[in-house]
Amino acid sequence: MSTRIGTVFGQELRQARRNLWVILATAVLGLFALALALFGAGQGSGLKVDVLTLTAVSLATLSVYLIPLIALLMSYDSISGEVERGSLALTFATPVRRWEVFVGKLLAQTVAVCVAILIAFGTVGCIIGFLAETSRDGVSAWLRLMLSAGGLGAIFVGIGLMLSALTGRTARAAAAAVGVWLLLVVLYDVALLGAIMAAGEGIFATHVFPWLVIANPADAFRLYNLAMIDAAPVAGIDGLSQTLPFPPVAALAALGLWLVVTIAIGSARTKRIVP
Amino acid sequence: MTAILAINALCLSFGGQQVLDDVSLSVQPGERLALLGHNGAGKSTLFKTVLGFLRPSSGTVAVAGRAPGSNAAREAVNYLPEVVSFQRNLSGREVLSYFSGLRGTPKAEVSDLLARVGLLDAADRAVGTYSKGMRQRLGLAQALIGAPRLLLLDEPTSGLDPVSRHEFYEVIADAAVRGSAVLLSSHGLEEVQDKTDRIAILARGRLTAEGTLAELAQEAGLPTTIRISAKPGAADDLHGEFGGRRVNGCRLDLDCAQGAKVDLLARLGRHHDKLRDVEIAPPGLTDIYRHFSRMSPAEDQI
Repeated sequence: MSTRIGTVFGQELRQARRNLWVILATAVLGLFALALALFGAGQGSGLKVDVLTLTAVSLATLSVYLIPLIALLMSYDSISGEVERGSLALTFATPVRRWEVFVGKLLAQTVAVCVAILIAFGTVGCIIGFLAETSRDGVSAWLRLMLSAGGLGAIFVGIGLMLSALTGRTARAAAAAVGVWLLLVVLYDVALLGAIMAAGEGIFATHVFPWLVIANPADAFRLYNLAMIDAAPVAGIDGLSQTLPFPPVAALAALGLWLVVTIAIGSARTKRIVP
Repeated sequence: MTAILAINALCLSFGGQQVLDDVSLSVQPGERLALLGHNGAGKSTLFKTVLGFLRPSSGTVAVAGRAPGSNAAREAVNYLPEVVSFQRNLSGREVLSYFSGLRGTPKAEVSDLLARVGLLDAADRAVGTYSKGMRQRLGLAQALIGAPRLLLLDEPTSGLDPVSRHEFYEVIADAAVRGSAVLLSSHGLEEVQDKTDRIAILARGRLTAEGTLAELAQEAGLPTTIRISAKPGAADDLHGEFGGRRVNGCRLDLDCAQGAKVDLLARLGRHHDKLRDVEIAPPGLTDIYRHFSRMSPAEDQI
């Protein structure tokens, strides 16, 4: 079993590297992180928090958009593309189990996203630490950001692969990926804001709303990062991070649940593909 | 000896259409069986059923005694699809290492396989730079990983030049000598003549013939054609005497059964003064194939 998953993993990781996905993702994430760091350094002196913490907060907000996008782009045609090219028929004719193919691809693409995050955020974090004064809180906020960003990447790689297996056609998988990104990253927040404004203070605001926020992996990621920082300057939905009815770690549990569900659906669906 | 592949009364319909209809076949270890048929005759569908990708509507398929698609069956079968496209940015060696890893066979085998199909020199180049023939040979090498008990080759030589085709069949013969059962599909009898042990012909999802080439020729019982070129003005007389088909002003085609050939030639000899030339055309492979694959005479005219 481990050799077969390892084989799929190795092949997929080699692809990600040869297709320049890792380099591209690293460059994009690195440049955005650096821009936010410079912006944070510019206004940091006026606030009571250090530059690293400030940048971690703004980077968490930006990562919500970028990391799902990168992860979906990397994964959406991974299965459907192979169905169309006919190479999946060859793979499925071997003794490899279908779920092993799904998990192997997921692991490899997750590693690719994580490597990009590690290099990009790690480098920028070191630059900030070198140039500005840094507190222990700032360092731990930055580490939390990097780790949870990896988790967010894994979930959206899982969603992308699941969509790829569900649609079986690259064009449809691309449309589905764009739709899911818009829905989870953009529209969900807008809808929630509308709902909380319409409902006002009450049961909905205190008991339903927080759960709805962590039900979305993108919001759960942001909530976790912001809630762990006491002094974070936040507004809007993120203001919730100061009045949570559950510990911030619950948001991580929500992320884990998403990962399990996408792997389960994706693997089950991969079993039913006729290559 | 038990069959590696045993197909019994297999029926399969697809979107309301009967693609395979009551097909029964078996292949023994070391035997090469050619499956012939037009495009759309059901060859690829049959392969996909043997691989377990498609489920039969009725009938049974057993690969090494197991259900198609089961783990044991997939360990026994290796497959080369009709259209094979490997990732262009991987090298031939990386492609083979991948499949070798999935089959859990030793990596040392990879170089040996590349040598067997003549790709050792190009092993570390990207597949994107390969010619069609090279890609097809890489596909064959992939299908030989781990000494398969059953080789499924779907039109393995389509689009190859005669020399590569010949080499391709040598590798397949070698695999059969090593004990693999081979089921390969093709478009024409000429191609698989002397290259396979038995031939099965599939037409519109039905198996219309099965046996050695000699058996098929005998079963078809096709007439020998005698082509006569008459001297000027004599064609009408000969047509009146022997019947047959007029091809043009001076040519006449006569059909005769195998046993009646010498008799007819003797009768023709009596009219030697009217003959310019006589040509004897025994039924060719194409005729035999068309005999078994046609569904109606009208279709045969195409």
